[in-house]
Amino acid sequence: MTQDPLLTGLAALAAEPPESLLDRIAARWVRVPAPIGELTVAYTDHGIAYVHAGDGFTQAFRERFGRPLLPAARPPAGLLPALRTGRLSGLRLDLRGLSDFQRAVLEATRAIPRGEVRPYSWIAARIGSPRAVRAVGTALGRNPVPLLIPCHRVTRSDGAVGDYVFGTTAKERLLLAEGVDLDRLRGLAGERVFYLASDTTGVVCFPTCHNARRITPAHRHGFRSVAQARAAGYRPCRTCRPAEDVPA
Amino acid sequence: MNVVETDCPDPVRKALLDDLDEGFAELYGAYRGLVFSTALRLSGRWADAEDYTAEAFLRAYRALAGYSPERIAGLQPRAWLMTILMNVWRNCARAKSRRPPTDLVEEPVEEADPGEGVEAAAVRREIGDELAALLGQLPDEQRAAVVLRHVVDLPVSEIATVLKIPQGTVKSHVSRGLRRLRALGGAR
Repeated sequence: MTQDPLLTGLAALAAEPPESLLDRIAARWVRVPAPIGELTVAYTDHGIAYVHAGDGFTQAFRERFGRPLLPAARPPAGLLPALRTGRLSGLRLDLRGLSDFQRAVLEATRAIPRGEVRPYSWIAARIGSPRAVRAVGTALGRNPVPLLIPCHRVTRSDGAVGDYVFGTTAKERLLLAEGVDLDRLRGLAGERVFYLASDTTGVVCFPTCHNARRITPAHRHGFRSVAQARAAGYRPCRTCRPAEDVPA
Repeated sequence: MNVVETDCPDPVRKALLDDLDEGFAELYGAYRGLVFSTALRLSGRWADAEDYTAEAFLRAYRALAGYSPERIAGLQPRAWLMTILMNVWRNCARAKSRRPPTDLVEEPVEEADPGEGVEAAAVRREIGDELAALLGQLPDEQRAAVVLRHVVDLPVSEIATVLKIPQGTVKSHVSRGLRRLRALGGAR
């Protein structure tokens, strides 16, 4: 029977899958240094999927992604500089599994430059859901890739930094390290000043916008809302786009 | 736990009980060829075979994550995994039949595996291409039975478990499938 050419032919139809198939199924994990201590990072063939601080990485990843995890020999190219600088420079992120809303929130957050902060309401307005401020906070709290998508740069408009995936203390440390003057922001908020305008340029900005930081004290005017600044003859900055903010 | 371990000589099950992720690597290493070969010869397309294999192993992992140690210890990993693959295949085939067919004439029966050597590919192709195409002409249940029995060499009893049909039915699907393959091959 074993000499039957049909059966021999059928047995020869067995094949091995390509090596790369395993990486379509399993994620790889690696431990890396970062500005706020050691992090565990998981990535797939689509990009970085998860950045985790502290214990419980395996369990958290499993519950959230339901994908097998295998150790990686070394961090993927570009990960370490991206964690250090917050610039991705071509590093891909795997954001499959997020809702369109979550993805929109994270995309808007990516646009906030280093050293600057924006209120939650600004993100809500940018993504066309001005009333969804709370949902923005929840989406940022579930950001799978903190640091790589700088959700620490979204803060409360009352001068407090607000919640963070890795805790408020880490958020403050990151913002201070990036050059955000938190004391000054708190001081301004205490005076109900949320926007700064320059009477030489006629432009009104968020206080951390690089255009606002250049205004000299003699030409600086504080405003509580963009509407008030507009009424006083100022136009919103085209860089930080404060017009899209709405009163919380 | 001790009872469970002594009950459990199978290395895959033992690894799964120790650590789900390391156990998965064992499971994949032990059965990837079996699952992939079956998927390839059922679907007839390399890309589909990769999709089905990836999906079957992912589903297996997600199921295992919810299983108790007792359930894992009692698992027959090969038959269990192949049952998952057959479900993936049936679901995908059903979904495909609802979509309008793509250009069937242009579509190759099997795409080249970039990892396979030229010589090995040529040898396999000589007998493989034609026979693989003939397999595609069998009705689903006969193709499944023939592939499981003669391509990946599962015992009839396990095929009966995987396909959820009596052993006698497995045997008749296999023999009818083989008869049809001989007739189709002879007609060429």
